[in-house]
Amino acid sequence: MLHRASTLAIVAVLVGTAACSTKKKVLPPAPPPAVSSTGTTTTAPSSTGSGDTAVATTNLPGSVADFKSTSGSDTVLFGYDSYEVDDTAKAILGKQAEWLARYPNVRVTVEGHTDERGTREYNLALGDRRSSAAKNFLAAQGVDAGRIATISYGKERPVADGTDESAYAQNRRAVTVIVSGAR
Amino acid sequence: MRTLPLLLALLIAAPAAAVIRVDINSGTAQPLPVAVPAFATASAVATEAGTTAALGQQVAGVIAADLASSGLFRPLDPAAFTTTVAPADVTAPQFAAWRTIAAQALITGNVTANPDGGITVGCYAYDVFSAEELARQGFVTTAANWRRAAHKCADLVYSRLTGETGYFDSRIVYVSETGPKTRRIKRLAVMDQDGAGHRFLTNGQTLVLTPRFAPNQQTLTYMSFANNRPRIWVYTIGSGRQEAVGDFPNMSFAPRFSPDGGTLVFSMSQNGTTDIYKLDIASRRLARLTNGPGINTAPSYSPDGSKIVFESDRSGGQQIYTMNADGSGQTRISFGEGRAGTPVWSPRGDLIAFTRLGGGKFRIGVIRPDGGGERLLTNAFQDEGPTWSPNGRVILFFRTAAGRGGKVDLHSVDLSGANERQIKTPLDASDPAWSPLLP
Repeated sequence: MLHRASTLAIVAVLVGTAACSTKKKVLPPAPPPAVSSTGTTTTAPSSTGSGDTAVATTNLPGSVADFKSTSGSDTVLFGYDSYEVDDTAKAILGKQAEWLARYPNVRVTVEGHTDERGTREYNLALGDRRSSAAKNFLAAQGVDAGRIATISYGKERPVADGTDESAYAQNRRAVTVIVSGAR
Repeated sequence: MRTLPLLLALLIAAPAAAVIRVDINSGTAQPLPVAVPAFATASAVATEAGTTAALGQQVAGVIAADLASSGLFRPLDPAAFTTTVAPADVTAPQFAAWRTIAAQALITGNVTANPDGGITVGCYAYDVFSAEELARQGFVTTAANWRRAAHKCADLVYSRLTGETGYFDSRIVYVSETGPKTRRIKRLAVMDQDGAGHRFLTNGQTLVLTPRFAPNQQTLTYMSFANNRPRIWVYTIGSGRQEAVGDFPNMSFAPRFSPDGGTLVFSMSQNGTTDIYKLDIASRRLARLTNGPGINTAPSYSPDGSKIVFESDRSGGQQIYTMNADGSGQTRISFGEGRAGTPVWSPRGDLIAFTRLGGGKFRIGVIRPDGGGERLLTNAFQDEGPTWSPNGRVILFFRTAAGRGGKVDLHSVDLSGANERQIKTPLDASDPAWSPLLP
């Protein structure tokens, strides 16, 4: 499954481990915060920070890295206490759906996350709302719902650890994680 | 350790009308000065937990710390004592020596080794100025259980002087946290309410949240992400056995036991809607208590088991509701500015503690079950997740400091809003739950 992807595409390993880490017990190092603060698309950050990955190499078609670069991002963001899929998110999810249509054996889990400005149990439920909203959009674009699992992490797995609005905005997200079928 | 029951000896005397009294609602303003000298022993006998003389010192120390932690008592510095307690003094104290240092109450007693290797701790309380005995009780237990005898003595003193039941012989379960926020490691941990006997229950490999005691305190219910399947589990403290509850396809979380221990109430999410369910443990019968829309979670039983308080965002934002235990009669009880969540019914039944969200802060508050009398008890950046002491007088919660990588730790506050203090833990801490009084 993931092992083949990591041996076939060195680049995919660096970025792919961040995406697939939910299947492993050891979590990856935190990616650096996204540069954009306006809530527009942020590309999936490279976890090692080496600057020459995306430019110098070509992602193997059907790989995790290919999924991310083709879709623009594996992550869509949400407003405070919201699970509405806005236009920016629709554009990203639309591209994810197209990619998933090209690789029908790929199965994904959509993770729902919240910022920490909510109580623990409510945020587990809100994360579920976000993952469900993203899943439902993908399914409406033609992706078989049976290929899409969902999981909520509530506020437990932030990507940004600050207590300012820019950090909170990055944490309110749904992440599409490939769990099997990628090259 | 805790597996042997604590036996009470039959030395309970009917108290005379207590001359001194502690007002539990305002006693923190002027804590009562008390003296807790080392407990006496007829002769220093070795036990599995040290000599009876050493235990006499330690028992007094635990009692003094318990009483001080309530904010209602001010144990005097032993360096100021002008006498020590000999065995004969235990039943006939030298009151003059205690009057000179202005102690108003004297807590004294003795530790005796029993033939079976256990100990008897005699606990006596006196009004120093009137020279009257306020209470006496003996506690028979294993030597290793000496702390519980000390806590029971502190509870006896507390209850005689305040008129309320105590809370010192109890435990706290919580989530121990460490590491950067983006890669937090969480473990279940349990400790005595004074922090002693701290023990980790899980190893941090799996994300675990919101542990709560069963009424018999032999098991906990909690939520775990084991195998990437977030759902509720039950943990047996003695054996360490962990068992997933049910085989539900969807995320289950926010579990609590009913007061009789026979039911688990919890939330389950399905395609964006979260509802409250209850599971009869013996029959495994599942009943749905709410039916959308929106998020319904954080259920907590009333102490008589007839009602459940919970939070719901059906009105547009998180608010607190009560319902009958069968799901009927769902009624909103929180109103006003901001939102309200994490409600927990007091063991006394008179109040519900909750988290008030608004104005950029999370604050701990209490409210009557009819929705009146809301009072906020804390005022910091992010206080949440309250739990009640067994006597419904102290609220424990967790506090997150503002700023990058802000610390998270346990704090408690008296119901009057006074005596806010930190409960020390080895690492960061969240999601505390207080046990009932141990029998």
